[in-house]
Amino acid sequence: MILVTRDEMDPREVEATLSPQVHGAVLTFQGTVRLWNEGRRVKYLEYEAYPEMAEAKLKEIADEIRQREEIEDISIYHRIGKLCVGETSLVVSVASKHRRSGFDACLDTIERIKEIVPIWKKEVWDEGEVWVGSQGA
Amino acid sequence: MNVNVRFFALYRERIGKDTAGFEIAEGSNVVNLVDVVMRDHPDLCPNPSALVVAVNQEYVSHNHQLKEGDEVAFIPPVSGGAQ
Repeated sequence: MILVTRDEMDPREVEATLSPQVHGAVLTFQGTVRLWNEGRRVKYLEYEAYPEMAEAKLKEIADEIRQREEIEDISIYHRIGKLCVGETSLVVSVASKHRRSGFDACLDTIERIKEIVPIWKKEVWDEGEVWVGSQGA
Repeated sequence: MNVNVRFFALYRERIGKDTAGFEIAEGSNVVNLVDVVMRDHPDLCPNPSALVVAVNQEYVSHNHQLKEGDEVAFIPPVSGGAQ
């Protein structure tokens, strides 16, 4: 299950979208908004997406990961809009036969998201703001 | 022909709008479109040859040929997910 949403996300609900429990391991990663980033005290993050393409690219990543031998299912939810410190921006849930393939799949998924999914985040602090990763672009 | 371009995040803020139409010659490719956009908006980005472009929601190279009705998007460096 793939979703780009403006609503709060519950990792347990994302896990519940995985195919029926015949696997050996379920790994759920939750990315949250941190208070301190590069020495700045973060007020909030503003996530923006190209929604249709973001969902298509997330689906492409999920399909790639599902091809792996030990992976049974994967769900990815990404939140957009204004997120305060401590709120969840990303949930990746993987069902696998064994733990190692699950951890690997989870890590690789997050790396791929950062490479190809058109979602941007603006970090806002007291004295300014910046589109993360866009410095010099 | 007329092509609508969608701008996101950094580019949307620099252009001041999320969509704009541009008139380009029949048979134009992405390079030609980027030239036209940069003429109107020279501050869009310092290195147009590195600009990432999607057509109909797929990343394309700059020699990709455009056709009427294509959905074109200029994609700033992405930063989604989590660190």
